[in-house]
Amino acid sequence: MIFSVAAFAILVTISLALARAFMGPTLYDRILAINMVGTKTVLLIAVFAVLSGRTSMIDIALTYALINFIGVVAVLKIVEQGNFFTSGDDDRAK
Amino acid sequence: MIDTLIDITLLVFLTITAIAIIKIHNLFVIIMLFGIFSLHSAGLFVVMDAPDVAFTEAAVGAGISTVLMLATLALTKDHHEKKPKHRARLPLLVILITGAALVYGTYDIPSFGDPDSPAHQHVKPRYIERSVEETGVPNVVTAVLASYRGYDTLGELTVIFTAGLGVMLLIGGRLRSRKKNET
Repeated sequence: MIFSVAAFAILVTISLALARAFMGPTLYDRILAINMVGTKTVLLIAVFAVLSGRTSMIDIALTYALINFIGVVAVLKIVEQGNFFTSGDDDRAK
Repeated sequence: MIDTLIDITLLVFLTITAIAIIKIHNLFVIIMLFGIFSLHSAGLFVVMDAPDVAFTEAAVGAGISTVLMLATLALTKDHHEKKPKHRARLPLLVILITGAALVYGTYDIPSFGDPDSPAHQHVKPRYIERSVEETGVPNVVTAVLASYRGYDTLGELTVIFTAGLGVMLLIGGRLRSRKKNET
């Protein structure tokens, strides 16, 4: 029961984050909202794994967390530097 | 009950995201929304008990392709989509007809998880009965992919490796020459 309520609450949170991602006036609102959606998807899969008794799905939730992290780092790197091939340290040295 | 609720909500999110992708003209935002789209469809695959497909969708759709598209966007100058000059009436018609044909086609598909469907008649019973003792893998789908069709998976990996190598040679080579020009 409590997990169903948790799943419902997570779905509501995702919809709120989605609304911010679509409306968000600045780029950073959208990046944060999209990171939020990714995190909530991880939570949703973990809750669903417990709900349906297939606990091996928690591994998938972990993979999602990693992918989400890489995605957000890539987005922020593009925003900060405009490319992928210079490292941040090089720019500071110049 | 909660399965159905999650299913419906995720499908609604997918639709909303797709409409938002059409409406928004900032390419940067569109790429990130594509990532969300992939995450939602991967969530749907998890709910439908297809963890390997969900894995692939999340890794390729939300992970690698987002990064690759961002890398492509970084090489272009304009981050805004050009406004279309004409209305796409004929493509809309073609899409509607194709969609109607596909929906019509789904009526002949066996229902989800139907044990009598042709796909579940041929080698599936053996996989379900013997896969654990023959391969030692608890998940049947993983047993089929990693053990029974091991060579097939190896071939797929070779294809992906070759494609990745090609992309790295193309993009990486260009970046190195550009760096040389800068210095």
